[in-house]
Amino acid sequence: MRNDPEPLSSAETRNLQRVAGMMVPASAEYDVPGADDPAIFADIVKSLGRDLPEVRKALAALNASAGGSFADADMAKAEAAAAALREAGGAPRAAIERAILQCYYRDDRVLRSLNIEPRPPFPKGHTLEQGDWSLLDAVRSRPKLWRDAPR
Amino acid sequence: MKRNDIVDVLIIGSGAAGAAVAWSLAETKMHILCLEQGDWMKPTDYPSNGRDWEARRWADFDISPNRRGRDTDYPVNDDNSLMKIANFNGVGGGTLFYTAHWPRLHPSDFRVKSLDGIADDWPIDYWSLEKFFEENDRMMGSSGLPGDPGVPPRNPPMPPIPLGRTGTRYGKVMNTLGWHWWPSDTTVATRDYEGRAKCINLGHCTPGCAQGAKASTDITYWPLAIRAGVELRTRCRVREITTNEHGMASGVIYYDREGQECFQPAEMVIVACNGIGTPRLLLNSASGRFPNGLANSSGLVGRNLMLHPWPQVRGYVEDELDGDRAPMTVLWSKQFYETDPNRDFVRGYTLQFARGTGVVNEAIQSAAADQLPWGQGHHDAYRSHLFHRLQVGIACDDLPEEHNRVTLDPVLKDSHGIPGARVDYTIGENTRRMMEHGIARATEILEAAGAKDIYTSRTLLNSPGHMLGTARMGTDPERSVVNPWGRSHDVKNLFIVDGSVWVTGGGVNPTSTIQAVALYIADQIKQRLANLFD
Repeated sequence: MRNDPEPLSSAETRNLQRVAGMMVPASAEYDVPGADDPAIFADIVKSLGRDLPEVRKALAALNASAGGSFADADMAKAEAAAAALREAGGAPRAAIERAILQCYYRDDRVLRSLNIEPRPPFPKGHTLEQGDWSLLDAVRSRPKLWRDAPR
Repeated sequence: MKRNDIVDVLIIGSGAAGAAVAWSLAETKMHILCLEQGDWMKPTDYPSNGRDWEARRWADFDISPNRRGRDTDYPVNDDNSLMKIANFNGVGGGTLFYTAHWPRLHPSDFRVKSLDGIADDWPIDYWSLEKFFEENDRMMGSSGLPGDPGVPPRNPPMPPIPLGRTGTRYGKVMNTLGWHWWPSDTTVATRDYEGRAKCINLGHCTPGCAQGAKASTDITYWPLAIRAGVELRTRCRVREITTNEHGMASGVIYYDREGQECFQPAEMVIVACNGIGTPRLLLNSASGRFPNGLANSSGLVGRNLMLHPWPQVRGYVEDELDGDRAPMTVLWSKQFYETDPNRDFVRGYTLQFARGTGVVNEAIQSAAADQLPWGQGHHDAYRSHLFHRLQVGIACDDLPEEHNRVTLDPVLKDSHGIPGARVDYTIGENTRRMMEHGIARATEILEAAGAKDIYTSRTLLNSPGHMLGTARMGTDPERSVVNPWGRSHDVKNLFIVDGSVWVTGGGVNPTSTIQAVALYIADQIKQRLANLFD
């Protein structure tokens, strides 16, 4: 049902890397790279998949707002273009945010900074504490809430 | 065209309803064949095996067939519907993808006209289904806690999922407000059960369970049905149901896994393709004798579609909670389920309390809600959200309206060239008022919990709609498609057993009731075998 589109051009790739870094910049405070980090960005480009057509629209919109190459625009123009993309919303914005964030938040360095072990859920799983079952005592004593109905 | 040997019973679709019917009918020793357009799924293929597990929910395990786009899927044009269509095509069908939340319809849901003066009554009632609910709970393996004053008595065979930090937090707040709550029934195994390993909290149960703790019919009903002699053929996509000179179903034409066109004759045809796939198939089976589609003399095939509008309200507290490190649903509340004459709507809704979401999904959803800034503020905002989420869903009753419907799309076709489905759906006024009432209550809950950054979504990002009502049951052939035991009014050896036969929608996840109804119909078939087609 899907037709695979052309991969991003080099100009589109430069635009995407710039917007990735603007969306999620590196942080010394949290000791994390930005989304334009080479390893993370390579994952982003490789993983565009179903989002590629809408990402391409978002990148075109950034160019249009910047009045030329978004990647080469000065910071004021680039920030204005990014703000315009967010303001416009819709599928292109959703796609570019998803494409960047889904790769950023699976990077080992980012996960470790969040105190999360970088691994798939299976087979180790997680532990879930029981919680406080005594809270239900107040509910058990209530009269029935459901209505019966004629048969 | 290849012609196969005739079978006694041909079931189309291997999901929640088709599997239950196949297993139930197996004891008759009839020759039963099920055709499934998808594949057997392998637990090793499920997303939670890999580091990209969250991203795959937006790709090959997306709940939308349109985005997923597997060659086993068929396209659904849902552009004219705020609620989007969710399904899965494979052995187990939608049970591979559901959240395993396991409520039942209430007794009052079967008597909407009598009790509340709108819509219609079902021709069957809760108590006729009770033993099938119980049987299904054993077969699927449900977990829960008896004694809930919010629902009729039931006896889940396994204990409930732990409350965890999140459930405890909700429980305290609900007690403060004086509102009903109870741990949700689920079909997640909380101990080893009938060959299934117990839940190890992989989170993200929705796109298949690698542990096999979540019940899906490929690991519950199907192994038993196959052992009892039922034949299940995968990658067989049915194009149309054929009829003979007597107006009876004679079999189906389908494409096998090599793409070869085949005719499969059958004495009886049972359709179990869900509330979208079933009307699609019936409409694609139009013929000279049935020009408006098969079983459609009432004109109601595809009409009265109900999708369960499902607003969500979420917020964030300071304490770290369970996040996605456990099954998603934790509690339900029936405080607002039944009609209250003091409200400006009839019927009601279930409040569903969710734990949270994963690392990636939190980022994507917060960004979509404009709660995750770009630039230097990003990291602080994100860290205040991750694993701090409370989220209350409002499962609204949906009532039948004929203009909400499924038709054949004039453009979209599946990989075999069979027309896809088109959905036209609007949310009714009664439901809209119900939604706003539920949103206000959910907001009260979150505020009482001290949540910040409260955000409301009236129709969720990538929200699923349950697919119900498009071949409704009833006693009047002019006002229904099938009779009270699932047989087509028009074609006496054609049965429909999935959510299409629902008369009203209720305010709960439907799978438990879909399967109870399917088992009820199978039981009716078994009791009437001597004169089934009279």
